[in-house]
Amino acid sequence: MTAMLNVKDLRAYYGQVQALHGLSFSLNEGSLTTLLGANGAGKTTTLRAICNMVRSTGAIEFEGAPLSSKSTENIVRLGIAHVPQGRGTFTTMTVEENLQLGAISRTDKAGIVSDIERMYEHFPVLKERYTQQAGTLSGGEQQMLAVARALMLRPRLMLLDEPSFGLAPLVVRDLFKILGKINREEKVTILVVEQNAQLALELADQAYVIETGRIVMSGNAKDIANNEDVRKSYLGY
Amino acid sequence: MELFVNQILAGISTGAIYACMALAVVMIYQAIDHLNFAQGEMAMFSTFISWQLMQWGVPYWWAFLLTIAISFAGGILIERLLFKPLAKAPVLTNVAGFIALFAIVNSVAGLIWDFTIKQYPTPFGSSPFLGSQLISTHQAGMIGVTLLMLVGLYLFFQFTRIGLAMRAAAALPESARLVGINTSWMIALGWGMASAIGAVAGILIAPVVFLEPNMMGGVLVYGFAAAVLGGLTSPLGAVVGGFLMGVFENLAGTYIPAVGNELKLPIALALIIIVLVFKPAGLFGRAIVKRV
Repeated sequence: MTAMLNVKDLRAYYGQVQALHGLSFSLNEGSLTTLLGANGAGKTTTLRAICNMVRSTGAIEFEGAPLSSKSTENIVRLGIAHVPQGRGTFTTMTVEENLQLGAISRTDKAGIVSDIERMYEHFPVLKERYTQQAGTLSGGEQQMLAVARALMLRPRLMLLDEPSFGLAPLVVRDLFKILGKINREEKVTILVVEQNAQLALELADQAYVIETGRIVMSGNAKDIANNEDVRKSYLGY
Repeated sequence: MELFVNQILAGISTGAIYACMALAVVMIYQAIDHLNFAQGEMAMFSTFISWQLMQWGVPYWWAFLLTIAISFAGGILIERLLFKPLAKAPVLTNVAGFIALFAIVNSVAGLIWDFTIKQYPTPFGSSPFLGSQLISTHQAGMIGVTLLMLVGLYLFFQFTRIGLAMRAAAALPESARLVGINTSWMIALGWGMASAIGAVAGILIAPVVFLEPNMMGGVLVYGFAAAVLGGLTSPLGAVVGGFLMGVFENLAGTYIPAVGNELKLPIALALIIIVLVFKPAGLFGRAIVKRV
């Protein structure tokens, strides 16, 4: 397997404050990887650095091409969909407009129309509400919409920032099932940042653990789940 | 009764111009969260360009279209050169930028075309509209052109992909970038469109107020009042606010003896203050439905 995304010695800064201290990791094509860590460990910053939304140094390569000199919108146009923390829903627009915005960088009209239909199959609840203002959806529905919006890009890589945040456990299970399906059936490589370590490790095949801006552990998700330190710190048993 | 109807119709026709100016103000406010104090001067300059073109023998409607195109490009140019570098600057820096732009455009216009008052033609004529004494053909033309432009803008924002992208960039810039929208160019496009809308307003009002570098001063204040009344976040509100402002101004001038013609402008200013105190979001201001 070849590495689709390669991150080397990533350091990120908010003003004078350094948030990442030389982070290195890679994602294999077709993998579903999770990045675990406590509050403030640097998970969100890592995702933001990949999309050049925070000042950073180091090397980030996507399919062999460096990303660091590109603007956020051009990185997205390479096929990297980013579902940000808080979902980034266009709350004043309709559900369908949100989906169309996901595909705004594409030019194949027929493909967009059929993809919107496909999203309604994945997420029937969105179909019921397609003319509704997106801000009126529940948290779970908005997260589904955010994932659907990201898929409208037909991404090669999808970055998800704490998709489980604020959702009921049952809804989280549904959502993770769908993510697994997308990864298997649509061959989208996925990197999901999570605090909910147990569910994330069940879903993922690879895992990294991040602490205060450094990767402290990496490997197969099952091995990580069985690691005693991880169990104590993140799984609570 | 006839006086009343007459005043309302006249109010609607000047209101059309206020609506255009308010719309231009709202477009830029949506994009960069600042009021463009130089909007009126930009419109005045555009009007002078159309006048100059006609002096050179270009027919009216060609001059009209050319001026809109030039104003569109000019608006983009101003944004790229002056306001893009100020994008992250504090509010007051931006305000200073707008005031500088106001002064520069005003004096350059005076330098090129001097400050004497010029006649400006109307393609609609000024005979009574449909034989009625209430409204002239030029006033009817003003209303017609404004409404056409509004419908065009509505269709653009509602049904085109670039309109959708512009709305997204104004509503949530970060999310817009994350779906691949170049938000910086969307802002420039907003400036271009605002400048073109202002040009239409200037060209339509010039036969009424006559052409000179200070012609838009009062109009812009009414445009601001209309935008605040309708809600600075709502293009529809700006338009409704513009028409209301025009009617209100005329009725107050006619029926409140103390107001007359001289105190019409303070009425607009008073309205701005009243709206900001009692209903800061304006009539159509953003009322987002949120589920808690």
